[in-house]
Amino acid sequence: MRPVTDAVPAPAADVAARAAGVRAASPTSRRGRPELRRPAVLATPGGVLGVVLLTSAVGLALLGPVVVGDRPFASVAAPLQAPSAAHVMGTDDLGRDVLTMVVHGLRTSLVIAVGVVAIAGVIAVCVGALAGSHPGSLDDLLMRGTELVQVVPRFFLAVVVVALFGARVSNVVLLLGVTSWTWTARVVRAETLSLRQRAFVEAARSFGAGQTYILRRHIAVSVLPTALVMLSVCASGAVLIEAGLGFVGLGDPDVVSLGSLASNAQRFLRSAWWLTLFPGAALLILILGINLVGDALGDAGSARLGPVGLGSTR
Amino acid sequence: MSARYLLRRLAQVPPSALLILVVTWLLLHLAPGDPLIALAGQYGDEAYYTAMRERFGLDQPLPQQLATYLGNVLQGDLGTSYVRGRPALSVVAERLPATLLLASTALVLSTTVGVALGVLAARLGGGRADVSVRVSTLTLYAMPAFWLAQLAVLGLAYRLGWFPIQGMTDARRSLSGLAAVGDVFHHLLLPAAVLAAGELALNVRLVRTGLLEAARSDYVRTARAKGAPGHRVLYHALRNAMLPVVTVLGNRIGMFFTGAVLVEVVFAWPGVGRLLLTSAQSRDLPVLLAVFLVVAGAVLVVNLLVDLLYTRLDPRISYAARD
Repeated sequence: MRPVTDAVPAPAADVAARAAGVRAASPTSRRGRPELRRPAVLATPGGVLGVVLLTSAVGLALLGPVVVGDRPFASVAAPLQAPSAAHVMGTDDLGRDVLTMVVHGLRTSLVIAVGVVAIAGVIAVCVGALAGSHPGSLDDLLMRGTELVQVVPRFFLAVVVVALFGARVSNVVLLLGVTSWTWTARVVRAETLSLRQRAFVEAARSFGAGQTYILRRHIAVSVLPTALVMLSVCASGAVLIEAGLGFVGLGDPDVVSLGSLASNAQRFLRSAWWLTLFPGAALLILILGINLVGDALGDAGSARLGPVGLGSTR
Repeated sequence: MSARYLLRRLAQVPPSALLILVVTWLLLHLAPGDPLIALAGQYGDEAYYTAMRERFGLDQPLPQQLATYLGNVLQGDLGTSYVRGRPALSVVAERLPATLLLASTALVLSTTVGVALGVLAARLGGGRADVSVRVSTLTLYAMPAFWLAQLAVLGLAYRLGWFPIQGMTDARRSLSGLAAVGDVFHHLLLPAAVLAAGELALNVRLVRTGLLEAARSDYVRTARAKGAPGHRVLYHALRNAMLPVVTVLGNRIGMFFTGAVLVEVVFAWPGVGRLLLTSAQSRDLPVLLAVFLVVAGAVLVVNLLVDLLYTRLDPRISYAARD
C-alpha cells in the first residue's frame, strides 16, 4: 500500500507553493500532500495485525504453489485423512490435499479482489471526479445513477449472471466490478467537491492549469487514500460474494474456490472437521487482513484530515 | 417529516425498480443460447420455428419484447419453474416466510444486543480496550456467514448438543400450540444468532464510536452540567449514535439477505436459501430470477423504510439537505 502516492511526480504548482515558503507541517508530506508512509498504516496494533494477516494470505497465494505444486485437483493420498505431517490440513473425500486446495483457493479470491477493485476503482474515480467537478445537473444525474446501482443486491444478481453466462471467474469479476463502485464514487465525489476550494487547487488554477490536469495531478492523488479505504471494503465484499457463490455450487469449476471447499465440507461436517476449518480460516485471514489494513488507512487519513484538512498547505 | 419529502422519496422507487427489470431483461437477452432452440429443439423445420417464434413473441421488435416482459413481471408472472412446473413467483413466495422469520429475528438480535454491547464497550473507554474491541468486532464481522454457521453446528449442535442440528421443526414429534412455537424457536435460535453476528459486531463498533464521540460533545457536557441523571445523558447521546446504525442497516440489507441465504443452506432452514441452492444446481433460471427480483424489491422497500426512520430519528434531515 505504501508507494501509492510516492510514485506520482511533484506537480508544478506544489513546487511553486513550496518555493514561496508555503510548507506543510509534518503530518502532510513535503509535497504538501498526504502520504501513505508505512508508519501510518503500522501506527496502530490493528494495522500491524492487518498487514501481517494480509501479507501472509497474499504470500501464501503467490508463493504457495512453489511448495504445494500447481495441481490442486490431483488425488494424492487416501481420502478423508486427518491433518498429519504429510498433509498438514488433511485430505478431502477424493484424497486431494486440503492445503494445496486452500492455497489455490486463496489465489482465486485474490484474483477476484484485485480484478474487482481495478474495475470498480476506475469507474468510481471517473464517476466521482466527474460529478464532484461539475456541480449541477451532471452531478445530479450521476449521483441518481449511483443510487440506482447501489440498491442492486449483488450476490443475487451474480447468481443469475452465473446461471446465464457460466461460472467463470472473469464473469464474476466483471459483474462485481461494474456493481461495486458506488460507495467509492460517492466518497471521491465528496472529496473532489471539498478539494476544489482548497488553496493548492486554486494555486494550480491560477498558474493556468487545465481542468483535466488538476483532476489528474491534484484531485486524483489527494482522493486516493480515502478511495483506498472504500476500495478495501469493496475488495472484502467481493471476496465474500465469490465465496458465497462457490458455497451454493456456482463457483468456477476450473479453479478452486474457498466457498466450494466449504460447501463440500458440509457433507462431512461431523466426520472431517478439517475440511471446514481450513478453507474458512483462510477466508477469514484474507478478509480480516483487508479490513484491518483498510481501517488503519482510514485512521491515518482521518488523523491527517483533522482540523486542517486533507492535503492543505496552510 | 414533510409530505413533500415522502412524495419525493417515493418517486425514487419506480426508476430503481424499472432499472432492475430492464437489467434482468437485458441479461436474459444477451445470454448465450437461442431461446428458440431451447423451446423448439435443434432439428425443427422452418415452419415450426416460425410458428414458435410467433407464439412466444420472438418475432416482435426488441422494444415490444421488453414491454411484454415488463407487463408480465408487473402482473406477477415471472415464468414457470423448469423443475417444479409451477409459477416461479409462487415457488419463491412459499419459501419467503421462513426466510423472513430468520432474517427479522436476526435483525432484532443484532440491533438490541449490538446496541447494548456497544454501550458497554463505550464504558470501557479508549486505550487498550480500544484495540481489543476493534479487533474482536472486526474479526466477527469478517467471518464468512456460512463458515461461522458450520463452526456453530460443529461446536454447539454436534459436540455440546445444545441446539438442533438443522431444520425448522422436529420431525420426530408432532407438536401443537405453544410447544410447536417453542420447537421452532429452539431451531431458530442458532441460525439467527449466526446470521446476526456480523451485523451485531458492526453495531457494537458504530454505537461505541458514536458514544465516545458524543462524550466529548457540547450537548452532553451541557446535560451533565445541568445535573441530568446518567441515563438521560445516555439517551441523548444514544439517539445520535443510533443514526449510523440505521444508515448502515439500509446499506447492508442486500448483504444481510445474502448471509441469510447462506446460513439457511448450512442449517437446512426451509427458506429461500435452500431453494436458491437447489435451483442453482439445476440451473432453474425462472426461480433464480424470481429470487433476485424479490430480494431486489425487498431491498428497495427496506431502504425506503430506513430513510423514513432516519428522518424521524434526526429531525434536522430534510430532502434538500441530505446527501
